[in-house]
Amino acid sequence: MNLLAIIFVAILANNIVLNQFLGICPYLGVSKRIETSVGMGMAVIFVMTMSAIVTWIVYNFLLEPFGLVYLRTITFILVIAGLVQLVETILKKTNPTLFRALGIYLPLITTNCTILGVALLNVQAGHNIIQTIVYAISVAIGFTIALVIMAGIRERLELANVSSFLRGAAVSLVTAGILSLAFMGFKGMMTL
Amino acid sequence: MSTIAQEFSKGLLKENPTFRLLLGMCPTLAVSISAINGLGMGVSALFVLLCSNIVIAALRNLIPSKVRIPAYILIIATFVTIVDMVLNAFTPDLHKALGIFIPLIVVNCIILGRAEAFARKNNIVRSIIDALGMGIGFTLALTILGIIRELFGKGSIFGFGVMGTAFEPMGILATAPGAFITLGIMLGFVNFMFKRLRIE
Repeated sequence: MNLLAIIFVAILANNIVLNQFLGICPYLGVSKRIETSVGMGMAVIFVMTMSAIVTWIVYNFLLEPFGLVYLRTITFILVIAGLVQLVETILKKTNPTLFRALGIYLPLITTNCTILGVALLNVQAGHNIIQTIVYAISVAIGFTIALVIMAGIRERLELANVSSFLRGAAVSLVTAGILSLAFMGFKGMMTL
Repeated sequence: MSTIAQEFSKGLLKENPTFRLLLGMCPTLAVSISAINGLGMGVSALFVLLCSNIVIAALRNLIPSKVRIPAYILIIATFVTIVDMVLNAFTPDLHKALGIFIPLIVVNCIILGRAEAFARKNNIVRSIIDALGMGIGFTLALTILGIIRELFGKGSIFGFGVMGTAFEPMGILATAPGAFITLGIMLGFVNFMFKRLRIE
């Protein structure tokens, strides 16, 4: 599959949140304001790229040659948890500005299923290292776009007169559904 | 005795992980496309939750609190790998339908949440009761959502056609937007019922 197709599919046609249902927790939790959603998006782009590279190396040079493929879930989650900790420590020392900007979002990312999901999807699709990096960045950009759009809608929604039963998560999910409907339109473009 | 009954029932209603605590949303949205997928996912998560709660409760005095989260994730990941292999061996169709969401049980917040909030402070028996309540609550929620989406999206329940030939399926319920909208409306409905019946 060529790289442009990977980028297009990952960002729009097969958006990780709206079509693949990964990362719903941060999607609902951190989409209350545009500023925080941009911060979260940046942290995800950063960590997802790093973890995709590291898990690809671990899978192709460690797990596969030694026939340990069945251990991939355990290995990947450990690698990701360790990596997030490492990134946090290094950033704190070397780049305090960026560290403050990413702040509380970094530890939250360990339990973000998009990170583990992308690592597993890369392995499933048999991507090479270039495709892995491109795919990870595109997925993270798709996540950020969906998150920022949602935050923009929710800022307006705060002022709207919503029934008390639907307030909060319920109306956010229905909104996400309509957004997902809009993103479905991109699927048709791929068959052209 | 009453506390054990309370411990069990809180997961079903008052603290239902899906409808009340909003935990484990990703698998909920993804697998509720049909009743059987919902049930399969629910039972898999129930098994992992039960086993991890037992092990974590048993080791609660041995795991140093500073490294408890990595230790919990490791324990959970072990059981997830077992579920993954068992499903692959005995129910390959279900394994294929649930796909990536089986390994992703590792990062399901319900399981880590129960380990952190309950199993590390309580004995094995109470942890088992808690896991059963939460797990069955999750399974019920997934199955109900699966039944709704399958009934109106495809006109069948557990694969058996029940709506007759005159029924025109609402295709949108079987797609991604349908998942979000069904869950959103269901959450609103549950909120409404809780207020009406004055539970809690």
